[in-house]
Amino acid sequence: MSSTRQSKLGDWVFFNLTRFFALFVLLMLGGTVASLILGAWPAIERFGWSFLWSGEWNPPMERFGALIPIYGTLATSLIALIIAVPVSFGIAIFLTEMAPGWLKRPLGIAIELLAGVPSIVYGMWGLLVFSPVFANYAQPMLAATLGKLPVIGALFSGPALGIGILSAGVVLAIMTIPFIASVMRDVFDVTPPMLKESAYGLGATTWEVVWHVVLPYTKVGVIGGVMLGLGRALGETMAVTFLIGNMNVFGGFSLFLPGNSIASALANEFAEADSPIYAASLIELGLILFFITFLVLSLSKLLLMQLSRRGGRET
Amino acid sequence: MATQLATWRKIKNRLAMTMAFLAMAFGLFWLFWILFTTLELGIASLSPSLFTQMTPPPGSEGGLLNAIVGSLLLVSLGTLLGTPIGILAGIYLAEYGKHTWLGRVTQFLNDILLSAPSIVIGLFVYAVYVAQAGHFSGYSGVVALAMLVIPVVIRATENMLLLVPNTMREAAFALGAPKWKVISKVTLRASIAGILTGVLLAIARISGETAPLLFTALSNQFWTLNMNGPIANLPVTIFKFAMSPYKDWQQLAWSAVFLITMGVLALNIIARVIFRSSKHT
Repeated sequence: MSSTRQSKLGDWVFFNLTRFFALFVLLMLGGTVASLILGAWPAIERFGWSFLWSGEWNPPMERFGALIPIYGTLATSLIALIIAVPVSFGIAIFLTEMAPGWLKRPLGIAIELLAGVPSIVYGMWGLLVFSPVFANYAQPMLAATLGKLPVIGALFSGPALGIGILSAGVVLAIMTIPFIASVMRDVFDVTPPMLKESAYGLGATTWEVVWHVVLPYTKVGVIGGVMLGLGRALGETMAVTFLIGNMNVFGGFSLFLPGNSIASALANEFAEADSPIYAASLIELGLILFFITFLVLSLSKLLLMQLSRRGGRET
Repeated sequence: MATQLATWRKIKNRLAMTMAFLAMAFGLFWLFWILFTTLELGIASLSPSLFTQMTPPPGSEGGLLNAIVGSLLLVSLGTLLGTPIGILAGIYLAEYGKHTWLGRVTQFLNDILLSAPSIVIGLFVYAVYVAQAGHFSGYSGVVALAMLVIPVVIRATENMLLLVPNTMREAAFALGAPKWKVISKVTLRASIAGILTGVLLAIARISGETAPLLFTALSNQFWTLNMNGPIANLPVTIFKFAMSPYKDWQQLAWSAVFLITMGVLALNIIARVIFRSSKHT
């Protein structure tokens, strides 16, 4: 009798303990949002919505606007995606359809290790090793080719500094590739072998199987993977801080120019923000960043859930 | 006509496969370049003084002892704080909350926390801890790192528990075991290797995290074990030293990068070995 009571008590304690910590995670997230809003309140009150589109960042005059860091964040992430998506797609095809069995695992691990390298390492390598090479070879080459084209030529003009929006975007791409590639590989693996085999049986080439069978089947998951990569890229701090140049003045649309991103503005300036409104403006930047990444990551998660639900039903 | 079409399809296929191969090579190229740089510059600057001397003022020689010890303290305490919370919450998600709103919402938000910008976590801990206490401290850094450990461990625990076949649970229930004993003595034990893998990956992730430490643990040029004040750590030291114009400092930053990268890669590989060997037994 007493052992039944004991085990009932044990069950009650254990259940509520685990539930408390599940709730704790919600509180953690809620607390983050609440504390950011609270911390940003002086800036929200003072600048209102114009904070979002004002391009002025002037600590001595206490006038702040988020346009330049928002532009830098979006521009670097977009460059990263333009490079990382096709490359990741290729890697996923290679890993799922081309590589011989014994090579799949080590290569997959190598790509995952690329994701494990801390961002501070990318940052230091990017600044001291990559950016001189980029300035001496890649930037002059880009200026001589793409830079000569009408309209988009303006993006690839100006001095080759090695640091700036473009080089931050390229390093960000290298960091994003492993995330997108491993999601793509995993969702490609979800495709029922029967579908692929029947296409192969009809005489389709590997490319046709990927393009007409695997990709349509996994399209939702692929987009989810891209969104995950975007979410990571938007919030990436250290690597961008090393490479973007941390300029708060808009100098033009050339991607060779230095700029600033939300995360790197925070990393560089928060510890030395001396006036309350300066700190509040930085926290509001953090709030904007959190809001954007939250949206992107939610979308990613919803899409991936949709694929796994369908995968669960059909296989 | 038909052969022409076949040839065109073959060419297209060959082209696509070449591109895929090049993409793979492109990905590996960066990994090798970064590893090569880290090894080349890291090994060149390795010396015993790294482990015996403190971080120096600019222009003089020194080591990384205080930063290494500070990092070990921050990472181990952060792991110790975050792991139990993560395991318990993960148990709830897998064993109790699969069909409750709390379970679903937590699971959804946890996946978002997993990829949320770590600098925002730093801001949060700054607001609720550092600003209230009035000073930077090692403990606030521990809290920030623990917040990064929790989602990784939750994810690993939940996934591993869900892999345990239900027949095992049923067998234990049939013997009259209460649910909490079934979970702690049967399902948790069956998934311990997977959870350990998750914890190791979490350690690997926080050992290199810099952004959340910038406004919490900050840094310290001197030897200290006082967790209630700013404490030295490798990532913030790298940030400070790499951005500086001093050659000595940059050298030390490369040594620190070498130590962190090797540590993180070793943890990643050990985690995979443990996970793999557990699947064979």
